[in-house]
Amino acid sequence: MRFLFRGAALLAALALPAAALAHAFLDRAVPAVGSKVHGQPAEVRLRFSQPLEPAFSTVRVVDAGGGQVDRKDKQLDPGDASVLKVSLPKLAPGVYRVLWRVLSVDTHVTEGDYTFEVAP
Amino acid sequence: MIKQSEIARLGVAALLAGAFCGDALAHGFAGKRFFPATLATDDPFVADELSLPTVSRRKTGDEPATTETDTSIDFTKRITQNFGIGLGATYVSQKPDDGDPQHGFDNFAANIKYQFYKSDEHETILSAGVDWDIGNSGAKRIGAASFSTLTPAIFAGKGFGDLPDSLPYLKPFAVTGSVGVGMPTKSSTTTVADDGTETTAKNPNVLNVGFALQYSLLYLQSFVKDVGLSEPFNRLIPLVEVSMQKPLDGSGPTTGTINPGVLWAGRYMQFGLEAIIPMNKATGGKNGVLFQIHFFLDDLFPKSIGKPVFGD
Repeated sequence: MRFLFRGAALLAALALPAAALAHAFLDRAVPAVGSKVHGQPAEVRLRFSQPLEPAFSTVRVVDAGGGQVDRKDKQLDPGDASVLKVSLPKLAPGVYRVLWRVLSVDTHVTEGDYTFEVAP
Repeated sequence: MIKQSEIARLGVAALLAGAFCGDALAHGFAGKRFFPATLATDDPFVADELSLPTVSRRKTGDEPATTETDTSIDFTKRITQNFGIGLGATYVSQKPDDGDPQHGFDNFAANIKYQFYKSDEHETILSAGVDWDIGNSGAKRIGAASFSTLTPAIFAGKGFGDLPDSLPYLKPFAVTGSVGVGMPTKSSTTTVADDGTETTAKNPNVLNVGFALQYSLLYLQSFVKDVGLSEPFNRLIPLVEVSMQKPLDGSGPTTGTINPGVLWAGRYMQFGLEAIIPMNKATGGKNGVLFQIHFFLDDLFPKSIGKPVFGD
């Protein structure tokens, strides 16, 4: 019986911190994935499922023509190494794409992209 | 001024980045697509993974009807980034409606697989491999074959993230599948009953086809549209698996099962639960259930058994 409890505890320990996949997955984004933004977003803020290596984690924001529009000042949040952010200038109405590629502290690379729209 | 500790940290990070900036990201990734391990059909990728256990329970179409519970363990190991080996064992418990129950190991299995193509842009993986069902390694009382079967196969995985942006909600779909031919090392097997009667059964080559259609809520949330799903629903991958077999000598009909279910991918492991539904009358039997706990060894032990034997 003790073995069963230990086994269950191990499974729970492995499974429950689901917010922290060993590969860093995007958990939440601001502006949100696929969202329409009313007003000016000051930055793009990406929360991942686990801490990142800052030197090899990047994020870019491009416009519909592929031109980079962010301020090229990407950085990890000083208080939370799982948050990668980059600031934005005033954006014209339109669709923008966020492209990210991150290296998690346990050495796995993941990448992705999504769009958001700035409403007129 | 940069401190020495920061230099050391950057150096370590550079090594890590150098080691991992290549294409291979361990378990099933192609670009931003994460292919989960499926339960009834083999995966298209090479990985360090452990399925412990996979349990299926179903009443078969045998005469007399028999409730069979199979408990399996499968271990796969990367030798290089793109070449891996696998070992599998299954303990079979058979409880006939009329007769004595039987228990024992089925034949052990071994396999090799080589991933020869990957496209991040098109979320595509292609592999080729050979499975070896090792004859005479299991218990005859549960029907383990006295001969080996070699099954060369092609495996494929395709995500639909490259569909036009006008079809956003179709992008989370993906298909994985395999096609192989099981080739027994003996063309027929003769058995002798207690009364001396000899029965000869043909062992034809068998076409094995399996595929899984899946919809990744993880993909939907992260790359298409944040629809507000929270734990645990944002890690779910509903899917339907189809597994079919067809004797190539025309000696029997196509049989197989359709398995609707759901996967959940966690930090180091994955759970899977599927129903097993016979696809036609020839398959026989009743509906059953399939369950799996699957461990990502590359995430659990990234510096030891979770990395390739040769190269990074």
